[in-house]
Amino acid sequence: MSTPENFPAFVNRKSFIELDGRARARSLFDEGTAKELVGPFDRVQSPWLPLQGVAPQADDGCIVIKGKIGGLPAVVVSLEGAFQGGSIGEVSGAKMTVALDLATRDSETGKKTAAVLLLETGGVRLQEANLGLAAIAEVISSILALRRHAPVITVVAGTVGCFGGMSLAAGVSSYVIMTKEARLGLNGPEVIEQESGIDEFDASDRALIWAIHGGEQRVGIGEADALVEDDAEKIASAIRRYVQAGPPSEHRSEQVKLNRDRIAALDTSKQIDPISLRKKWNGNDTMGGAR
Amino acid sequence: MSEHVGLRGRAWFQALTGKHEPLAGDPGSVLASNSLLGNQTSLFLCVVPNPESRFPCVRDGQVGLEEAYTLATRVREAIAEDRDKPKAEKRPIIAVVDVKSQAYGRREETAGIFLAAGTSADAYASARMAGHPVISLVAGHAFSGGFLTHGYQANRILAFDDAGIVIHAMHKEAAARITRRSVAELERLGHEIAPMSYDVRDYAKLGLLYKLLHVENPLQPTTSEIETVKQALIEAIQDARVGATDLGNRLESAAAKQTRKASIAVRTMLEAQWQNS
Amino acid sequence: MEQIEFDYPAANRRITKKAHVGVVGSGDMEVLMEPADGDGAHVTITTSVNGFQDSWKAVFDRFFSKFDGAVKIQINDAGATPGSVLLRLEQAVEVIAQ
Repeated sequence: MSTPENFPAFVNRKSFIELDGRARARSLFDEGTAKELVGPFDRVQSPWLPLQGVAPQADDGCIVIKGKIGGLPAVVVSLEGAFQGGSIGEVSGAKMTVALDLATRDSETGKKTAAVLLLETGGVRLQEANLGLAAIAEVISSILALRRHAPVITVVAGTVGCFGGMSLAAGVSSYVIMTKEARLGLNGPEVIEQESGIDEFDASDRALIWAIHGGEQRVGIGEADALVEDDAEKIASAIRRYVQAGPPSEHRSEQVKLNRDRIAALDTSKQIDPISLRKKWNGNDTMGGAR
Repeated sequence: MSEHVGLRGRAWFQALTGKHEPLAGDPGSVLASNSLLGNQTSLFLCVVPNPESRFPCVRDGQVGLEEAYTLATRVREAIAEDRDKPKAEKRPIIAVVDVKSQAYGRREETAGIFLAAGTSADAYASARMAGHPVISLVAGHAFSGGFLTHGYQANRILAFDDAGIVIHAMHKEAAARITRRSVAELERLGHEIAPMSYDVRDYAKLGLLYKLLHVENPLQPTTSEIETVKQALIEAIQDARVGATDLGNRLESAAAKQTRKASIAVRTMLEAQWQNS
Repeated sequence: MEQIEFDYPAANRRITKKAHVGVVGSGDMEVLMEPADGDGAHVTITTSVNGFQDSWKAVFDRFFSKFDGAVKIQINDAGATPGSVLLRLEQAVEVIAQ
């Protein structure tokens, strides 16, 4: 990768992962079109965190920006992974759901509006438990409504990754973009080790974690669409392509028979070898080949 | 933790349908039946413990890969079969929910349980959007990924009102450990902060439930109790048929207007700013 | 959790811009800086780390000894280091000076 000719480009690349949630969102828009909605100065914060002595954040860790991507209307909803692990509370979940609903409303009246979800999240915010969980159910529902009209593109760039109930949001998206550093799964390694024992999953085994949850593996087995380098320009470019492509004719989460048969064919007598699974399931090449 | 996890689901599936077996070809953990409810056939679905599952991490009633894809299959079958029927005749889909959690296993993560769960949620939501009334009856536990997979996409949610019903994002012990509190502290917090409570009567304050049902014998309901529950399901179906096919009704109840003020405020403000942008 | 407030009536230079920097995360804090409603500057700190009122006062006394903008500052803090506090305040000032 870092041949002498590529070296300056690699060194000069701007890391997407190093940007905070707001900067990541802003970096995706056509020049001058980005407008943040219900931003920090509107102070719509969590009503539940202060009751428990937890400092709130003025945007509740969710940034909504509307504008144009590749010349087309789009809304980006970005989770701030550094605030409460990007977890979903009442307000952050509502911002995401409503942004999706408004994109759907516009799409239904002739202005197709794509949604890009930057998911750095561990799932439900435990300090808001049932409102976080309900919000995630509503996000999933709203993604499913929008994707009939316009693409819903999930980006998991790291370092938090996308876990818990929000991994279902990734699962029902039109396209999923990941970096090598990113991870995507329902349950993280620590949770599995806690619930099912260290033999089931040794949470200190980093190689194992990325072999199962990492971006290269997810793309390799066809459960994510593109593996992109941690480079803000390249990620923006990949997103642009998907916005312009529109939604696929069939979404991954509609391919019930394909996936049910794949599960039926698994040998469950031992753990599944991740590399063999790539061959079996004939996923994408990992160099960013789109479906 | 209730020792009845999984048993109440099975008991109520049987009470409502008269059946207790999976359909041919389905794993032992998913009970499905097209049965008469009132004067209309409804698809009933329930995930139950299957100690013989080929997946070691779902034997206690967790919702795993096979369960999620089987649910999706049966729901999409109903959608396809009723595709040309007018909306008023699309069969109701009744999720009887009593699930310990999602499955916590390496096989599940490797094979992509996140996608399986999403696929099931997709099927349920698609049925709802196509006009099928989707009703959830929480007969026992409804946790986290398990509930997102099986039940949380419903038009209307009903639950029994006793201590055997727990709807939550994480089991007490694990939640206590992660938030660095004792279980007693967590329970105390739940009394003050409704969304954190493990008590279904506090859950009801969130405005997400259509109805709370009271039954004296949840594991062995009497004939008249079963009739009462059936009647409540029928009312929920009728209510769903005249309502919207999205989840907007979850913010319309009097309870929601109290406890989900911030959600409503977000919607109002974001709508206004969106129009002006 | 504590809410701490300070007033700096001598800070009277008209400010027209807003600035938002930082994240309420480990070792960091969020700063919202905007024109004050009336005269002088007003600071409100919401912090989940109790007992540091004196440290906050020292930081802001020092900050307003060099900065005279009539600003309203809101801080949401989950344990920012003194270095982060100064950094975020400086970044906010840079934004409103542009």
